[in-house]
Amino acid sequence: MSSEVHTSAGYIKHHLQNLTYGQLPDGTWGIAHSAEEAKAMGFWALNLDTFIMSLLLGAVVMLVFRSVAKSAVSGIPGGLQNFCEWSLEFIDNSVRGSFSGKNDMVGPLALTIFFWVLTMNLMDLLPIDYVPLLMSALGVPFFKIVPSTDPNATFGMAIGVFVLVLYYSVKMKGLGGFVGELTLQPFGKWGMPVNLLLEGVNLIAKPISLALRLFGNMYAGEMIFILIALMGGAWAGLSVGSATLYGSQILLSLGWAIFHILIVTLQAFIFMTLTVVYLDMAHQEHH
Amino acid sequence: MNINATLLAQTIMFALFVWFCMKFVWPPIMAALEQRKKQIADGLADAERAKHDLELAAKRSAEILREAKEKAGEIIVNAEKRDSEIIEAAKAKAKVEYDRIVATGHADVDQEVFRAKEQLRTQVSAIALAGASKILGREIDAKAHNDLLDKLVAEI
Repeated sequence: MSSEVHTSAGYIKHHLQNLTYGQLPDGTWGIAHSAEEAKAMGFWALNLDTFIMSLLLGAVVMLVFRSVAKSAVSGIPGGLQNFCEWSLEFIDNSVRGSFSGKNDMVGPLALTIFFWVLTMNLMDLLPIDYVPLLMSALGVPFFKIVPSTDPNATFGMAIGVFVLVLYYSVKMKGLGGFVGELTLQPFGKWGMPVNLLLEGVNLIAKPISLALRLFGNMYAGEMIFILIALMGGAWAGLSVGSATLYGSQILLSLGWAIFHILIVTLQAFIFMTLTVVYLDMAHQEHH
Repeated sequence: MNINATLLAQTIMFALFVWFCMKFVWPPIMAALEQRKKQIADGLADAERAKHDLELAAKRSAEILREAKEKAGEIIVNAEKRDSEIIEAAKAKAKVEYDRIVATGHADVDQEVFRAKEQLRTQVSAIALAGASKILGREIDAKAHNDLLDKLVAEI
């Protein structure tokens, strides 16, 4: 019984462990072979799987759009060009809906964020054991294929957005205007410390909520896939219970995957929309 | 980590998932894309047709303009012809009128001459009578010689 619990826990842990590169306890640099080793590496370590997958997916998205853009015709669009135009129109419309300022950077940024996050999230729909099994056959101990279940990735993107928000806040309102916005609202100049506290929390909450929302949703989704997959691991010979568990694993993971199509798209859309909204706030005098 | 029946379950599930997507997720997306494509194609075809129609209309308006010019030329020629005809007719009419007026003039003059002659004749007879009475030294009885006088007047 205890060993079964142990293997279940091990299975979950294995699936939630990133492939980390950093300084090993013996002082050399290399890949961590256990969660403890990875933890001991501290801050200066790199999640190779997140890194590789996100770069790869970003590159795929860019290459697809680039090839379409290069071969674009002005007549009747066919196949992929039609799809790209369709998505572009959709994103352009939602940017126009929520962004009132004038900035040529916001549209392309929204497009990039949407498709990058979408493709990263879509990796969640692959059966969770495929890639880790393939990788362990190749001698790689861990491999998480969904970069958006790694808070490093989501926080990275959110910090990127936050830097843009700060940059445009200062650019549009001037340093004085931006500082004024942080300290002179909502209680006037005599409530300056309280204002700073409130507005500061408001400001800091933007990137944190942006990152944690995506991470939380994708991580929870991944977790449920793992837990469903564990039901199949409870196979204990030909019995009614085992067969039921086995069958329900298939059905549940199918249902969850179908439901996840929605979540995956929705989260990408929310990340994009919130980015646009935050940038819109940065461009406006009052909010 | 060892390979077990979980993998099989996941493969079955993945196959079902792919089937589901092919059956229920893919077609609506494809339909939307197809509709978009059709809309664009229709729009382009409409634009093409409108362009063609415009060309036809331009051609047709040029044709009408040319016809109108031709007609106008014809009308001008006709008008000129009619103009000269009217002038000719007026000339002829004027000639007739002229002749008539001249003839009337001649008639008047003749009449006047005749009247003057008549008057002259009367006066001449009176003078002749007076002359004769002086020559004879006595009053000619006008009554007695009336037939003679009449003969004289008629002679003059």
